[in-house]
Amino acid sequence: MQHDVQGYWRATLGLLAKVLVIWFIVSFGAGILLADMLNGISLGGYPLGFWFAQQGAIYVFIALIFWYAKKMGDIDREFNVHED
Amino acid sequence: MDLQTTIYLVVGATFALYIGIAIWARAGSTSDYYAAGGGVPPVMNGMATAADWMSAASFISMAGLIANMGYGGGLFLMGWTGGYVLLACLLAPYLRKFGKFTVPQFIGDRFYSQTASTVAVVCLLVASVTYIIGQMTGVGVAFSRFLGVSSDTGIYVGMAIVFTYAVFGGMKGITYTQVAQYIVLIFAYVIPAIFISIALTGVPLPQFGLGANLSGTDVSLLQKLDQVVTELGFGKYTTSTAGSTLNMFVYTLSLMIGTAGLPHVIMRFFTVPTVAAARSSAGWALVFIAILYTTAPAVGAMAKLNLHGTVNSAVGIVNDPKGGLKVDAATVKANADIYAPEASLKYEERPDWMKRWEKTGLLKFEDKNGDGRIQYYNDKTKNEAAKAKAEAAGWKGNELTVNADIIVLANPEIALLPNWVIALVAAGGLAAALSTAAGLLMAISAAISHDLIKGVFAPNISEKGELLAGKISMAVAIVIAGWLGLNPPGFAAGTVALAFGIAASSLFPAIMMGIFSKKMNKEGAIAGMLAGLSVTLFYVFAHKGIFFVKGTEYLNLIGGANSFFGITPEAFGAVGALVNFIVAFVVDKVTKEPPEHIQHMVENVRIPRGSKAVDGAHAH
Repeated sequence: MQHDVQGYWRATLGLLAKVLVIWFIVSFGAGILLADMLNGISLGGYPLGFWFAQQGAIYVFIALIFWYAKKMGDIDREFNVHED
Repeated sequence: MDLQTTIYLVVGATFALYIGIAIWARAGSTSDYYAAGGGVPPVMNGMATAADWMSAASFISMAGLIANMGYGGGLFLMGWTGGYVLLACLLAPYLRKFGKFTVPQFIGDRFYSQTASTVAVVCLLVASVTYIIGQMTGVGVAFSRFLGVSSDTGIYVGMAIVFTYAVFGGMKGITYTQVAQYIVLIFAYVIPAIFISIALTGVPLPQFGLGANLSGTDVSLLQKLDQVVTELGFGKYTTSTAGSTLNMFVYTLSLMIGTAGLPHVIMRFFTVPTVAAARSSAGWALVFIAILYTTAPAVGAMAKLNLHGTVNSAVGIVNDPKGGLKVDAATVKANADIYAPEASLKYEERPDWMKRWEKTGLLKFEDKNGDGRIQYYNDKTKNEAAKAKAEAAGWKGNELTVNADIIVLANPEIALLPNWVIALVAAGGLAAALSTAAGLLMAISAAISHDLIKGVFAPNISEKGELLAGKISMAVAIVIAGWLGLNPPGFAAGTVALAFGIAASSLFPAIMMGIFSKKMNKEGAIAGMLAGLSVTLFYVFAHKGIFFVKGTEYLNLIGGANSFFGITPEAFGAVGALVNFIVAFVVDKVTKEPPEHIQHMVENVRIPRGSKAVDGAHAH
């Protein structure tokens, strides 16, 4: 049976793009480039930019990987290329 | 029981445990030796990966550097965790589908070239050996404190132990041992942090304690720390960056892509049963890693506050008569004068832990103004107010030098925690260093015996001969790394960062292009790897000496330190990676495209189905 290989790869790349945008925003964005600005806001005793750089980004990374793994599983099944 | 006996007992017990497991799970065939036979479930693989990953750099060194760097230390935290996102979605599932043992094997097959594989072996060796130098520095610190000897002697002892340990089992022995090591090291890291967080803020979870108020006050811990360090002339804790913002940016990026390019981490994902498991394994690994990584900033900040509190009574951290340290709310609220003469600690009255660390040479006191008291501040400050106050108080320069690499190990001692906690931390530090060193030595031995000797020089070598060659290469790697570790190119975490830069600039781009660019050919990949590696090594060696040998630096040749847009050598890997990509694409454009069957292979690697059929690591 011929699979829609092109379609599968397009869907994969689309998901990857989303993952990488979020990955970039929480670390390089909130943790570095915008940190000074975000430090004006506080989260408990944490300045927000500092929190992203030393705590927040890590939590988002974890969620991101599991979300990616789940979505990829869906895409695998949608294009019928999942493992048996 | 006295402290030293407790340490021997706890460390001894954990070692007996690891060795017991290694014997019980001894590797049989070569495939067992390198890839654990594929019988490792994702959660356990995640734990073992975490142990493999969290080395002396993460455990011993990182929080100390964060304490020194403040906010800028976040680059280690983001860099060494963010890489797992890249690993999980860009590399791991595809390499698992490909189904071979090693990174050079993938590069050799994908780029249909023995040369490509050999170049990858070279990149892998340079990165791994640099990494082990960092480990050796950490092991030296741990053993010097643990045995009460100089840090050099500590390194010699460490070399012997790492060697015996690594040649014992293979990956399988190591996988189960590493699960045990993870458990030891994570308890060792988190327990003292919880104790300290409760003592300072009353909040048990250090992740929340760092953002909480000091007990009995409405001053937040970070606010107090900011105030104390700024008054003493250091940079403000919550905002000081590591060099420029650009440097922090590329440094973080280097660590991230280096994570995804380091062979001993990637190897882990060859050993999971399915492609789907490869994806979630990276997530599980990160969960276990994050427990330490989200605790580390609290450890760093709290240790720093405790250290300043110990040597200066005006900070408001005092000895609790019930044991440990506690917050003196009145002093904290009053913002007592740090420069008052009686605030500085008398050298004669220093706590025992300082005396113990003085023996290692990693903590030093020098009474510059002859008043018999310890003044600990930044005497090179650009903060004029701090400078004026120090001069007015008759301070003649900083009198206390604390090596950043001792902060974590000394942390429970600084906080005057019970002996069993101090012993546990010593055991955890050794577990971290040993597990990573062992994993790296595995990668080195696989690269030399499997990819180089069996693959290139002697294809007919027997299994026995291959294993022997692997063990000999481990021994050589340990000796070289140990020798260079005596004069390390930086703190453990800094040296390890260099290793990440090397992996980032050489291996990561080649693997990425191998998967995501069907048309990338062998000429492009080889040229890219060589360009990325050489430009990075050129910049690093200019700062740190040729192959890290002291005295061979050539900074004037590149126009001074950090001459490339203020980027430090540790951060340069991302630039190297960019060079790698550019060179590869240019060369690829002017040479002929890869053969049809390679393009089919890439298409096939992209699809999970059939993972069991191309199952090199699991065929036995």
